Amino acid sequence: MLTWLSLIVLALFSSVAFAAGRRRAKTAAAGRARVLHSLPDYYGAYVALWAGIPAALLLLLGVMFGGRVEDAILQSTRPAAVQALEPDRQAVFYSDVRAIAAKQAPSEVVYEGEQKVALDAKVAEAQRIATLLNTGMLGGAGVLALAGFLLAFPRINPEFRARNRVEGWTSVLLIACSVAAVLTTLGIVMSLIWESWRFFQSVNPLSFLLGTEWSPQIAMRADQVASTGAFGAVPLFAGTFLIMLIAMLVAAPIGLYSAIYLSEYAGRTVRGVVKPLLEILAGVPTVVYGFFAALTVGPLFRSAFNAIGAALPPGPLATYLMEVQNQMALVAGVVMGIMLIPFVSSLSDDIINAVPQSLRDGSYAMGATKSETVKKVVLPAALPGIMAAMLLAVSRAVGETMIVTMAAGLQAKLTANPLDTVTTVTVQIVTLLTGDQEFDSPKTLSAFGLGLTLFVVTLTLNIVALRIVQKYREQYD
Amino acid sequence: MTSILNPLASPLLQGHAMTVHSPDDSTRAPATSTAAPATADPKIKARGVKVFYGDKQALFDVDLDIPAKSVTAFIGPSGCGKSTFLRCINRMNDTIPSARVEGSILIDGADVNAKSVDPVVLRSRVGMVFQKPNPFPKTIFENVAYGPRIHGLATGKAELEAIVESSLKKAGLWNEVADRLHQPGTGLSGGQQQRLVIARAIAVSPEVILMDEPCSALDPIATAKIEELIDELRSQFCIVIVTHSMAQAARVSQRTAFFHLGKLVESGPTEEMFTNPRDSRTQDYITGRFG
Repeated sequence: MLTWLSLIVLALFSSVAFAAGRRRAKTAAAGRARVLHSLPDYYGAYVALWAGIPAALLLLLGVMFGGRVEDAILQSTRPAAVQALEPDRQAVFYSDVRAIAAKQAPSEVVYEGEQKVALDAKVAEAQRIATLLNTGMLGGAGVLALAGFLLAFPRINPEFRARNRVEGWTSVLLIACSVAAVLTTLGIVMSLIWESWRFFQSVNPLSFLLGTEWSPQIAMRADQVASTGAFGAVPLFAGTFLIMLIAMLVAAPIGLYSAIYLSEYAGRTVRGVVKPLLEILAGVPTVVYGFFAALTVGPLFRSAFNAIGAALPPGPLATYLMEVQNQMALVAGVVMGIMLIPFVSSLSDDIINAVPQSLRDGSYAMGATKSETVKKVVLPAALPGIMAAMLLAVSRAVGETMIVTMAAGLQAKLTANPLDTVTTVTVQIVTLLTGDQEFDSPKTLSAFGLGLTLFVVTLTLNIVALRIVQKYREQYD
Repeated sequence: MTSILNPLASPLLQGHAMTVHSPDDSTRAPATSTAAPATADPKIKARGVKVFYGDKQALFDVDLDIPAKSVTAFIGPSGCGKSTFLRCINRMNDTIPSARVEGSILIDGADVNAKSVDPVVLRSRVGMVFQKPNPFPKTIFENVAYGPRIHGLATGKAELEAIVESSLKKAGLWNEVADRLHQPGTGLSGGQQQRLVIARAIAVSPEVILMDEPCSALDPIATAKIEELIDELRSQFCIVIVTHSMAQAARVSQRTAFFHLGKLVESGPTEEMFTNPRDSRTQDYITGRFG
């Protein structure tokens, strides 16, 4: 609260500094604007930046690390009464200290005797430390703001290159933003690699990549009864591949043909209606497709197959069809295919439109019909780009989670039967990481192994696809 | 080469002093633009051709006769309607949704805009070469074989190969590509690509070849080769060429038509047009006063 208030005060001070800097520049120019190196606003901005940024950085550091510094000081000395407690209880003690010091509700633990004395002493200490830190931070910020102002303000004279300085600050700010994005990505990848490495210490990478049995339910405590656990990911890869294949069988032809229709045949009005509609379809959250799969398509397919089974002469096939369940690879694949249609269609449409009109004109001028032109000139010219669009769609299908979680099932079966329940890499990651977890058991860590594999596969697909698209673009530029 | 005429050096430059025209001069236009019959039996006969793009009229009442087995050049400043008129002859304007064509264009006495005429068949008789070389992303062989294939002109592989070879020879490209027929056509140089496209057009044995500024994207040497080729093809085809270069029109064409602001101002034998234009606007244009 105090910090936010001080940030507002700092912003006010900074704008005063801006006005002061600009005024000084104007006065120095004495009405002749051309003697100033930069526009007056740049002088103002220069002073405002010096007055504002260093102090703001200090406040930010305080917000980010103040609590930790406070904790570290607080826990550096531990009274005997506290040391007598178990480590778990010690943590509760300190969290109660912090809560009481901050006037928030502590836990329900009752402290008595020596513990109560220690608690009161620590609470008082915590309040002292907090006051000290706050005063130090606010004072420091005030000094920095003032020092920044006093450093920048006297520098202002007509020859001073304020514009260059301000632009320097701006580029530093922009670099900081992009560095933050890159570092975050790097951090995610590093943590993925690190946790996977820990997983691969307990499970052989080869048996992970090539093993055909997946049952990660291992005992979390010594007294639990559970299977010993097997981490062969092949059934998951197979399930992912099967669903991806079904999805692409649905999405590739429908998406491509609708793109051809939209770009080559549709009139302007049809195009104006259909294209936005397809884009809306692309904006539907995948969890909604998940409902659709689990509540509509699944039961529909099941009753259809059951009916076919009932109509067939009795035999193993009829019996099998009559026992088909809601959750099957086919349902997840078909619904995922529907989800991918707008994706494929919109990308292919862009690519087909990028084929130069001169090629179409050339073909028409030869007396080719529209379909001949599309088949023999436009599509061959667009083929590399269409391939890239398909690869991007595959990469999305492989990484898709919600639909398969809701429609495909959880059982890791190595099967090519689309009517069977299968599971995918993403579904397993979800089930492994939801609920109470112990973060150093191979069961939990296997999620990172799967995540890393998935990441490598989709990254490769995306890189290859983008390369193809790029090469194709250059060809017609 | 037919007549090597440099319009800029022609004697009409001497007439500058007297070519101060009153605004009325342009009103003479309708009188002079009535097409004098080029030959007794023109290959293409256009009467009252009007073209609209949406609400905008791009071409006004063009009457023009184009003779067979000769080169006719369309000249005029940018946006004057010469390409628009060219695209009426093989109905390429059909591919532009907002375009509307009125009037009649007869090829051998049959109206190309008649309901019974299939533009696909028409375009197999009237080939077209565009401003920018547009070989398909296929091999050189497949580019030339494209037309014969879609129109079913060859019964076997040998016949198709013969058509490709003779077309490439007619286009003067055979010697340069004979050993790499199965490499992509897009790998050729600009001038070679343009000759490949001409070979592609010739392969279906059209009667008329329309060329829309075929040399504007080429260097002078490639241009000279194309002009030489046009002159050779004249003995077999009726060629209509749109050009920005008056020198080119003078070099390759037997007849010239001058378009201005969507109207056909004047047409006639090329030599006459460049030495003795009837309309003051033609004179202004070919002497470089505007355009």
